[in-house]
Amino acid sequence: MGIQDEVELLKRIPLFANLERSKLKLLAFTSERLTWPAGATLFRQNEMGDAAYILIDGEAEVLVEADGREIPVATLARNDVVGEIAIICDVPRTATVRARGELTTLKIAKDLFFRLIAEFPEMAVEIMRVLAQRLERTTKDATRAEARVRELEGQHGG
Amino acid sequence: MQKSIYSFVWKFSRRQQLYVLFVTIISFPVLYGTLELPKIIINDAISPTTDDPDAFPITLLGLELGQIGFLLTLCGAFLALVMINGAFKYHINVYRGRLGERMLRRLRYDLYQRVLRFRLPRFKRMSQGEIIPMITAEVEPLGGFVGDAYALPAFQGGTLLTYLIFIFAQDPILGAAAISLYPIQAYIIPKLQRHVNQLGKQRVRTVRILSDRIGETVSGVREIHSHGTVNYHQADFTRLLGRIYDIRFEIYRRKFFIKFLNNFLNQLTPFFFYSIGGYLVIQGSLSFGALVAVLAAYKDLSGPWRELLNFYQRSEDARIKYQQVVEQFQPADLQPDDQFAHDARPIDPLPGELVFANVTYAEPDGGVVLETLNLTLPTTANTAVVDAGNGGAEVLLMLASRLLIASSGRLRLGEHELADLPEVSLGRAVSYADSQPYLFTDSLRANLIYGLRQRPVIQPAYDAEASAALEQHITEARAAANSDLDPGADWVDYDVAGAAGPDDLDDRLVEVLEAVELAGDVYRMGLNGTIDPVAEAGLADRLLAAREAVRAHLDEHPTDQALVELFAEDRYNTSASVAENLLNGTPVGDALQADRLAGNDYVLSVLDKTGLSERFVEIGADVAETMIDIFRDLPPTHEFFEQFSFIGAEDLPEFEPLVARLRKDGAAALKGEGRLRLMSLPFKLIVSRHRLDLIDEAMQQRLLEARRVFRRDLPADLAGAIEFFDAARYNAAASLQDNILFGKVRYGQAGSQERVQQLLGAVIDRLDLHRAIIGVGLAQPVGVAGSRLSGPQASKLGLARALLKRPGLLVLNEATARLDAATETRVATTLLAQMSGRGLIWRVQRPALAAAGFDEVLVLRDGRVAERGTWEELTLRKGGVLAGLVASAG
Repeated sequence: MGIQDEVELLKRIPLFANLERSKLKLLAFTSERLTWPAGATLFRQNEMGDAAYILIDGEAEVLVEADGREIPVATLARNDVVGEIAIICDVPRTATVRARGELTTLKIAKDLFFRLIAEFPEMAVEIMRVLAQRLERTTKDATRAEARVRELEGQHGG
Repeated sequence: MQKSIYSFVWKFSRRQQLYVLFVTIISFPVLYGTLELPKIIINDAISPTTDDPDAFPITLLGLELGQIGFLLTLCGAFLALVMINGAFKYHINVYRGRLGERMLRRLRYDLYQRVLRFRLPRFKRMSQGEIIPMITAEVEPLGGFVGDAYALPAFQGGTLLTYLIFIFAQDPILGAAAISLYPIQAYIIPKLQRHVNQLGKQRVRTVRILSDRIGETVSGVREIHSHGTVNYHQADFTRLLGRIYDIRFEIYRRKFFIKFLNNFLNQLTPFFFYSIGGYLVIQGSLSFGALVAVLAAYKDLSGPWRELLNFYQRSEDARIKYQQVVEQFQPADLQPDDQFAHDARPIDPLPGELVFANVTYAEPDGGVVLETLNLTLPTTANTAVVDAGNGGAEVLLMLASRLLIASSGRLRLGEHELADLPEVSLGRAVSYADSQPYLFTDSLRANLIYGLRQRPVIQPAYDAEASAALEQHITEARAAANSDLDPGADWVDYDVAGAAGPDDLDDRLVEVLEAVELAGDVYRMGLNGTIDPVAEAGLADRLLAAREAVRAHLDEHPTDQALVELFAEDRYNTSASVAENLLNGTPVGDALQADRLAGNDYVLSVLDKTGLSERFVEIGADVAETMIDIFRDLPPTHEFFEQFSFIGAEDLPEFEPLVARLRKDGAAALKGEGRLRLMSLPFKLIVSRHRLDLIDEAMQQRLLEARRVFRRDLPADLAGAIEFFDAARYNAAASLQDNILFGKVRYGQAGSQERVQQLLGAVIDRLDLHRAIIGVGLAQPVGVAGSRLSGPQASKLGLARALLKRPGLLVLNEATARLDAATETRVATTLLAQMSGRGLIWRVQRPALAAAGFDEVLVLRDGRVAERGTWEELTLRKGGVLAGLVASAG
């Protein structure tokens, strides 16, 4: 599989969907394609991040550490992007990501990612849109969760 | 030093000068004979035939000779005299040349030694740009002058005198006329010459400024480029060149005027001869013959007179040059040269205390740095020095290691006056290091053991030839009062380092490298270094064994095979570039470097033979197209070009029409430069990294075929330009690491670099190669003045060098300031442990470092001791200086 296939794949990812083909090619060409053996850790919670990953093939598990135990919170699959928050916001990783079975990713280094954003404002806008959508969804989820908590409190209290 | 060149010459070459004079004088009769004999030959041997038939035979030394015999005898004598005269000249010239060179050598050595005797502050006023031309270029003409200094004026003066006497003997009035203008010449010419001398001095000074500016440009080149001040420097340099031009032009004008005047005055004298002499002949008071003789003598007179005048100008030139150089090397406070004795005894045992008694230090410009300091520093304990502001801590340290001399007061090391100790003894007992040590342009090892080279220690076992050469070297050195120590001896004092000899010195080197945490860096340098497998056959074999071990490991652990792609004769390596695959070896020198392959006729012929040329052009066009597509919209200065693009930003537009033409007419139609440019691109492709799908399986097979042809037909002139990969042979052109791995780390495997490093590390440990690799690292050059090392590495090397001597007193001037805080603390702990029981005076940059376990802390402020005590005492003291510093540092 070469750059051309990767470009096709990137095209299907919402974050990059609106970018021109040549930009996607640039992204693919300047990124490293990495294969991870089953069980390999892409990154660990609380580490500082230096790269974001795009899943090309295989699945990965998102794990959150609590009380010394790792709790799986999500599963990532082909076309998912992971790790971009830590590099955009410069905060430690919020979760651990581990390959479930053999996994292939495109690794976008932090400085590369920023340079792309600086170079192509349309990409920044796209990222903003995606993040805003996520925020909106999270807010909705939170509101729903809050309502559910109140409901439960009401049941117990009542 | 002698104030004038004449006293310098007289003092050091009196006997030789007299010898030259003597030989010159005894050569006179021979010279006279070569002039006299032709006359005899003509008058007595050839002419008499017609006049006097009874002249022959002639009896000479009891032999009866006919005319022919007499002629041949005289001619033989003439030939003999000519040869003897030539031999005299040759002998004198060689002798004078050697004398001049020896004196020049003595002068240069003397000046150099004075540079070594300058006190440090002198170098604040005198740059190397000034010193270098003085010792090299400026004194150069003096050598030639020295040989002539006495002999030439004596010889020419004598000749002149002889002719004058001859003229006076003919007629006193004409004699007076002949020299009538000499007083005027003797008065005017030196006067004019004086101006030229002044200009000469100015020229020398300006040239020194010029060379100083060149030195500054080289040292400050970073500043120049980072501030964009190139034009300013060019203009400034032009101004200096203009000044030199003006001065030189003025010198020429005046010099040629002197010449003109001189010639005129010389021509004026014949005027007197013709007028006065002619008058006298007409009057009958002078014979015609005498006038002709006088005129002839006068013609001969002009030769020596011109020589004398020339010599006068040369000697003036030499006098000024000498004076101007020497006055720069006569500072009042030179270090006494008897302190340099190489056989001085070590200070053993080192006295327990260094005492400062009423020590004041003032800068040369008068600023007082330390004032009436009374202080006793133990050489058996560790003292941290904290400078709380204008404390003069640096000066204190430099005084303690005698890099500076106190303006007043005394420093005593036990019963010794510190100022009087021989430098060699002090250099063994005391080490001084700061954070920016000077590194010599040599290997790491040479820099490390530099501090052990105080005198020749082990005389090598010379063969007869070598010891004769050394004998000769020393004799000549002594004749010029140079150093008579053998530079080829082993100067490394193993004993000082605590090693028994060369063989176990490496253990000590590794020890100090580890103490300053430099061993890891040196190990990595070793891995990236190269060795000569012929000279180090043993090591090469061990590295080959390591290569075998890596291969065995990969055979046993199939999962790790994904990490490395080994080189193999018959397999295409997808982690290596097309160029590497084609060559299947490491280029040596420039001819076969990857970026020049497309321009190499042989490589092109190989591609032609294997029918790959057109494919290369097409693939090149594909690569170009992709690059244009990807990078077109980026600004030309963007770093992606450098990092990722196959084509530089400035070249990118030129490839567009090339690709268009190719698409239209096909690869075969494209010729010349454009074709080669496209062909150069595929060489850089790495299949698994670039993922452009341009080198498919079929193409890989064809490249393997090209690889075979390349090797099979390699012409003799390229045989030295490549070292082929061979699993059973050490590759001299490749690094140690590449030799052990004998393959490429695969792209696209997460963490492969780290895992390969681990694998290599394990193999190296198992085969016990670690130490040998550090040895290779130590042999690596540090670059010009250490330029290949990072700042912290250079600091660490300086520190290791200071430690290796096992000094009784170690003086550290913020020596770890360029290390990060964590490393600094670890190194400090190690050093404190190693120096326990010996003297350590450490000026710390961060006050917190003083907490690392020093016996005592000395706080200086405003040139005085502010407080002194243990870290705990001082930091707990209410209102204390150190307590304040620590609190404000947070």
